[in-house]
Amino acid sequence: MKVSYYPGCSLHATGKEYDLSVKAVSKALDIELHEVEDWSCCGASSAHMTNHKLSVALPARNIMIAEKNEWDVMIPCAACFNRFKTAQHHMRNDEALKKEVETMVGGKFSDSVAVRNPIDILYNDVGVERLSDKVKKKLTGLKPVSYYGCLLLRPPEICQFDDYENPYMLDKLMASLGADTRNWSCKTDCCGGSLTLGKTEIVVRLVDKLMTMAREAGANCLVTACPVCFANLDTRASENVRLPAFYFTEIIALAMGLEGPESWFSMHNVDPRPLLKSLSLL
Amino acid sequence: MSTFLDEVNERINGVPIQACYHCRKCTAGCPLAFAMEYNPNKIIKMIQMGMKDKVLNSSTIWLCASCETCVTRCPNNVDIARMMDVLREMAIEEKVEPKEKSIAKFHEAFLSNIKAGGRINEPLMIVNYKLKSGDYFSDMAMGMSMFMKGKIKLFSPRTKDMKSVREIFKSTSK
Repeated sequence: MKVSYYPGCSLHATGKEYDLSVKAVSKALDIELHEVEDWSCCGASSAHMTNHKLSVALPARNIMIAEKNEWDVMIPCAACFNRFKTAQHHMRNDEALKKEVETMVGGKFSDSVAVRNPIDILYNDVGVERLSDKVKKKLTGLKPVSYYGCLLLRPPEICQFDDYENPYMLDKLMASLGADTRNWSCKTDCCGGSLTLGKTEIVVRLVDKLMTMAREAGANCLVTACPVCFANLDTRASENVRLPAFYFTEIIALAMGLEGPESWFSMHNVDPRPLLKSLSLL
Repeated sequence: MSTFLDEVNERINGVPIQACYHCRKCTAGCPLAFAMEYNPNKIIKMIQMGMKDKVLNSSTIWLCASCETCVTRCPNNVDIARMMDVLREMAIEEKVEPKEKSIAKFHEAFLSNIKAGGRINEPLMIVNYKLKSGDYFSDMAMGMSMFMKGKIKLFSPRTKDMKSVREIFKSTSK
């Protein structure tokens, strides 16, 4: 399977573990990643929060580059995923805006590629059975809660991915690896996102709540698919409640016995290695 | 002469906000409502009453994290998150001093960083933000730790076709 790959700014920096683990897992599952040529930032939250046209034009530039191929575009970062889908939505429904953006970017928007996140691709195109077959190390004793966050799912008309109040795809992927996935009611609760620098105390409060609820659900870790969520879970939790967090692809790579997980775990702020060693998973 | 309500509705370009009947599902689900000056549904009423100054000067519009929970749950399909985007944009255009300065400075630092390199260079962006916001020292230990682990690189590849990125910023600047 061939896909266009849009890593986005985070995956080249603080989200490095996500980039490396997505690449390792894709390679092991015969998903060929072709990085979008000379990509630029999608604008994330700051663009749409302050300038509507900018927030459509920035992702549009990348969409038009990706449209040179007919492959789906895999976007691991939830914010980038959401912004690409939103830009497509606006250009589909607002002819005047579409023409304006096409002139700005110097291209044509043909709406010919599907923008997808890796949970969707792994669940629907690879499937839990095939994933299960590839497991070399069953993740017995690992009790993750699946933390989907906001932008993969909402608004539902734009994301069109999974059940937006009680999603299950990530849970099923984790269960297929032999992990004891814990059910909880905070799957889609906000971590505070981009307020992490400007209003740290709010993010601490929201993340502490997630950690407390994860513990109540009997979890010993959290699994996520968004670099901002991961950064917040990993760096903003108070010491007395915090639990290690993982990108879901790191866990898949661990279960598949691929090379790399230990080096990625060493980059986390909250070191997950003691937990994994205690479960004989490392 | 159009009212504040008219202007907001025009910019949202969707369901008019007066469709709201104050069921408060938005406020109930909003993760930031506890910290906001005015609840999301109250902002809608204030717009209808023409209270432009109070709305654009509120902390509410800056604390909205765009989690889209409100939009997802509104029984009348009012796009409250988009409304918050619109209000922020209007506040910037009218040069209203943001109630939450650090948050506004973060957006400025973020966007000016993309304008310069096409992609975010995290250390540069964070330094820029810290200088703009005056919040120099928090997270210093964490920043050093990330740097040592190779997560924040001083030099990161930029977009080559900067001309197209600059053109986008130029065409959308106000």
